[in-house]
Amino acid sequence: MGPEKKQKRNLADLIFKSVLWRSIFRTDIPTDKRGRMVTVLNNFFLHLHPVSIPRHAVKLKYTWLMGILATFLFFVLTITGILLMFYYRPTVQYAYNDVLDMAESTPLGVMREIHRWSAHLMVITVWLHMFRVFMTGSYKPPREFNWGVGVILLTLTMLLSFTGYLLPWDQLAIWAITVGSNMAAATPLVGREGPGSALLSIGDISLIGRTSDAKFMLLGDTRIAEGALLRFYVFHCVFFPFIIVMFMMVHFWRIRKDGGISGPA
Amino acid sequence: METLKHLLNLLSDPRISFPILMILFFFIFPPTAWFEKWNKRLHFDRLWTPVGGLVMHGLMLVALVAATLDPNFRLIVTKPDNVPIVILIFGSVYFLWLSMRQARDNDQRLEAGEKPDEYCDPKRRDILVWPDVLYIELIAMILCMAFIIIWSLYLQAPLEQPANPALAPNPAKAPWYFLALQEMLVYFDPWLAGVVFPTLIIVGLIALPYLDSDRAGSGFYSFSRRKLFISLFCFGWLLLWVYLIIVGTFLRGPNWNFFGPFEVWDAHKVVPMNNVNLSELIWIKLLHRPLPNSILLREAVGILGLLGYLFVLPPLLEKSALKRFAGQMGRMRYGLFMFLSLMGLLLPIKMILRWTLSLKYLVSIPGWFNI
Ligand code: HEM
Repeated sequence: MGPEKKQKRNLADLIFKSVLWRSIFRTDIPTDKRGRMVTVLNNFFLHLHPVSIPRHAVKLKYTWLMGILATFLFFVLTITGILLMFYYRPTVQYAYNDVLDMAESTPLGVMREIHRWSAHLMVITVWLHMFRVFMTGSYKPPREFNWGVGVILLTLTMLLSFTGYLLPWDQLAIWAITVGSNMAAATPLVGREGPGSALLSIGDISLIGRTSDAKFMLLGDTRIAEGALLRFYVFHCVFFPFIIVMFMMVHFWRIRKDGGISGPA
Repeated sequence: METLKHLLNLLSDPRISFPILMILFFFIFPPTAWFEKWNKRLHFDRLWTPVGGLVMHGLMLVALVAATLDPNFRLIVTKPDNVPIVILIFGSVYFLWLSMRQARDNDQRLEAGEKPDEYCDPKRRDILVWPDVLYIELIAMILCMAFIIIWSLYLQAPLEQPANPALAPNPAKAPWYFLALQEMLVYFDPWLAGVVFPTLIIVGLIALPYLDSDRAGSGFYSFSRRKLFISLFCFGWLLLWVYLIIVGTFLRGPNWNFFGPFEVWDAHKVVPMNNVNLSELIWIKLLHRPLPNSILLREAVGILGLLGYLFVLPPLLEKSALKRFAGQMGRMRYGLFMFLSLMGLLLPIKMILRWTLSLKYLVSIPGWFNI
């Protein structure tokens, strides 16, 4: 028994004390207070957190973990979204059948489900997160700017969800987007059907028409067709994720700079 | 049974349910001392006790089960993309209860001269992130992932017939999280419901911390310290957002007509369309005269009324009923606060005018805009 036990420890030592491991993780799995603080400080991902957090802020009933879960859902969506991109071509000819095939002929055919339900859940989570921040009065100075960043995140979350809605290219998709994009045509001044669009003209030439208004810019066409599908795909997979990550970084950074999770004076 | 179903159909009509909820709302979330007195007298604050919570959730559960017993309504509720709304309904009520319960506790504590529950003696040590907080987060993520995986295994993502621009479904609905906006289309033209109001919601939310910047009530659940803002915010969130989403998804059928939970979605339901403009109400019905030719004269009452509502009412109130409030806020804040609140109230006002006077437009200038 004795020698065997010793052997095991040596294997662990071999790994955890190796030059390679040490170059990645500078500290041991911590057992004392100092070690625990240093671990959080030394790790890129953990250092989003402070070393310690006031008691009330750790309780579930205070934050409901909604911000954390929104972040987590965004990661789930990114990963499943990338997997879906392998199987999806954003053209009118292929899109629908590619989506149909996802359930039938790809391994792990629930990726689309996980992506869709996580997306719905993220919208709800972000709303509830905002509600908790409101109910605890955490939007007040010094956090007023971060609340504003949050509102942008909320808008982006809904835009991400909305642009993704078109991609399956089924009846549900194009008619939901039709309802939405018709609103763009009603934008004051720059929408063809919006109030004041006749004002934007040079002499007799109207600047805002069927092929030159806000709706056309959104869809790349006068109706939802090839152009819209490609646009929404690029918005959904590249543009909005990129922007939302930028705002998330600012959001997290500001939480720390504003003094951590809010608490009573 | 049939009469009960009939009654429920009737009650869920926004024309009935919205006014009831709106009046109840201000007694449940009293914005001023007067409402607070009645809130206490009617014991509405007991909603936020454990028993109150159980009753609320029990009632919702019964309503949901009863409604899904009806085969037609079950089809609507279990449409895959509508399932999240059920989560939204239960989630928004549960978290409302959770926050109001803590607020009620804290308010009692503050009244007794104590510190709020969140307060922690600075001499007591904070909690280390490693390992406690990380464990909490890890477990939360695992549970969340498990929930999503189970949900995904049991409920297939919807995929309908391939897109066909020539075949419009009736009704065509936006994704559920935009349905409050689509529901506003019943009362306002697209430029308002789809563009101006969403913009004002975003602007208003961003402006909120600059309007209510008193640091004292920050960092703990409380109602009494922030009753006006909580009342207004919850009015917007619960009644003008969540409620309208529910109506838009579950109770709007073909041609965007209203259908009660126990009513079959009949595409041929005949609903009289006899809405009239304010100008017609005034000139024809009230003054018994033909509509004047000059558009400005014809629409004068609507235009002046709206301008007065938005730009004359606030200064008047500043001098009278809201004198103290306006003084505390300062000119700029007060002006912005009133503008945003009055714009928000325009929606319930228009809804009620539609139901009582069949009002179509307050101001209608064809080729330009309608309000
Ligand atoms: C994609 C969306 C969002 C993500 C991923 C996110 C993430 C987070 C996280 C992780 C926290 C830490 C505390 C907590 O979990 O409650 C937080 C705090 C905060 N969030 Fe967000 N958030 C989002 C949207 C929003 C929105 C919509 C608002 C408000 C309109 C908002 C305002 C705030 C504020 C003011 C804090 C500081 C709260 C405090 O100090 O108590 N965030 N956010």
